[in-house]
Amino acid sequence: MTRSNIALLVLIAAVAALPLFGGAYALRLGTIACLYAVLALSWNVVGGLAGYPSFATAAFFGYGAYAAGVLLGHGWPLWAAVAFATLSAFVAAAALGAVLLRLRGHYFAIASLSLAEVLRELVNNATDLTGGGMGLNIPLASGAGIMAEATFFFFAMWGVLLATALMAIIVGGSKLGFALACIRQNETASSMVGLNTTLYKAAAFGLSACFVSAAGGIYAAWVHYIDPSDVFDVLYSVKPIVMALMGGLGSPLGVACGAFLYLGLEEVVWRNYIQIHTGVLGLLIVLLLLFLPHGLSSLRPDRLWRRVKHV
Amino acid sequence: MSELLRLERVSRHFSGLQALRDVTLSVARGEVLGLIGPNGAGKTTLVNTICGVTPANSGTVTFDGTDITRIKTYQAARLGLSRTFQIVQPFSEFTALDNVAAAALFSQPGASLKGAREAARAHLAFVGLEAQALQPAATLTLAMRKRLELAKALAMKPKLLFLDEVNAGLNSAEVERATRLIHELAAGGITIVMIEHLMKVVLNVCTRIVVLHNGTLIADGAPREVISNPAVVEAYLGQKYAQRNAGHG
Repeated sequence: MTRSNIALLVLIAAVAALPLFGGAYALRLGTIACLYAVLALSWNVVGGLAGYPSFATAAFFGYGAYAAGVLLGHGWPLWAAVAFATLSAFVAAAALGAVLLRLRGHYFAIASLSLAEVLRELVNNATDLTGGGMGLNIPLASGAGIMAEATFFFFAMWGVLLATALMAIIVGGSKLGFALACIRQNETASSMVGLNTTLYKAAAFGLSACFVSAAGGIYAAWVHYIDPSDVFDVLYSVKPIVMALMGGLGSPLGVACGAFLYLGLEEVVWRNYIQIHTGVLGLLIVLLLLFLPHGLSSLRPDRLWRRVKHV
Repeated sequence: MSELLRLERVSRHFSGLQALRDVTLSVARGEVLGLIGPNGAGKTTLVNTICGVTPANSGTVTFDGTDITRIKTYQAARLGLSRTFQIVQPFSEFTALDNVAAAALFSQPGASLKGAREAARAHLAFVGLEAQALQPAATLTLAMRKRLELAKALAMKPKLLFLDEVNAGLNSAEVERATRLIHELAAGGITIVMIEHLMKVVLNVCTRIVVLHNGTLIADGAPREVISNPAVVEAYLGQKYAQRNAGHG
């Protein structure tokens, strides 16, 4: 295992210590931090490794939220509902990926973007099942106290993050990761050396969808109420891309750090610039990417030290 | 000699352009076939059609007894059809070693990444790139990248190897070195189809030559015979070449 992968696991272990120090607000932030990191790490499999700019994250997040939400409403236990959302998302995404990933570049980006819109309309129209535009109320978990519930959902989301990180590490060192790197660099040459590109791309798309979907399921149970415009929000597709770019495309550690940094910026900006928060946040992101185009992971302490010595 | 590859009245068109017209061709095991012809004659299209990149519109392609007319590119690669590209196509961020390892890994089902890297070392050594094994492919010179292409093709354990202008853009010392490598491969028993413009190399290496012109095969035979064929002189070699070589014929 490489040094950066160990650092990633240490970072995630450190996040788990949060309930020891923080109150309800910290736990809420921690849960969102884990959620963001799951989205960004999952996006990285298709966007960072295979080089396909996917905007489908929102589609699978919303799918997971609704699949788990509806099942919870029918009295399924949380773990079973999330497991169903995860597995069905993998199958559906792999099948869809085999079709969608025939498109390349901008065409793929647009097609994946429309996926969330299609699902949103389906949910809007299946009123009997999903409550349509009125949204879906999800029964509260056991009547435990506020702190107990906050801690529970924090650890649930943290568990998904850990699983996603392990997936990212395993994929990175495996034949699948090698194949995706080949596809990113030269897809034509990849198939010429005997690589079944469709199979590997579909597997990557499925993997990236299923963890997002699990996070969506836990999110739904956590907030007790979801509606289509919330969980299919296009921002769920855009934010992971920004996080991955900020952290450093392709590196799981960088991407996870990018997610935490993004959340930090979001919180600080939100609190201080109530009126113009999106503007300030956007400006910060632009500045960051201008001066650090390869993300946080391009900042190496040894390189900085060398630069300091040469000055 | 038994037959390895057979094309039966293969045609391929791109909208209005007829790139290949009723090409019938047979390649025997162990032979080194030269495929020559003017630019735009359809040489690369012929290779692409056999390898499944642009499948034939009509006709059949048979390889080693199986019909591969509608085969997918990656399946062709696994059957033992491998090729180099006229314009080199490395995985530019990978090291030379990983480039070759990719070819070894995906062309043989069940290969492991570790085993593929080991096999890659041997192939790099064969083409004389062992010193550059850990260098990113993007930093290699053109001649080295051409040899890297060859190592990639060899790592796929080919039964039939297409060399698409492996000598284009090389200086004479580099050409000599590449020619030596091709000789060694042929001696090792790999069937080779080479597209080549350098007639010196073609005459030096090939056991048989076929000539494509406007998508049609216009000649097929022993090298000396083909270059003195009036139709070939007319379409490709030119009068000057014919006169210069008349004495050697």
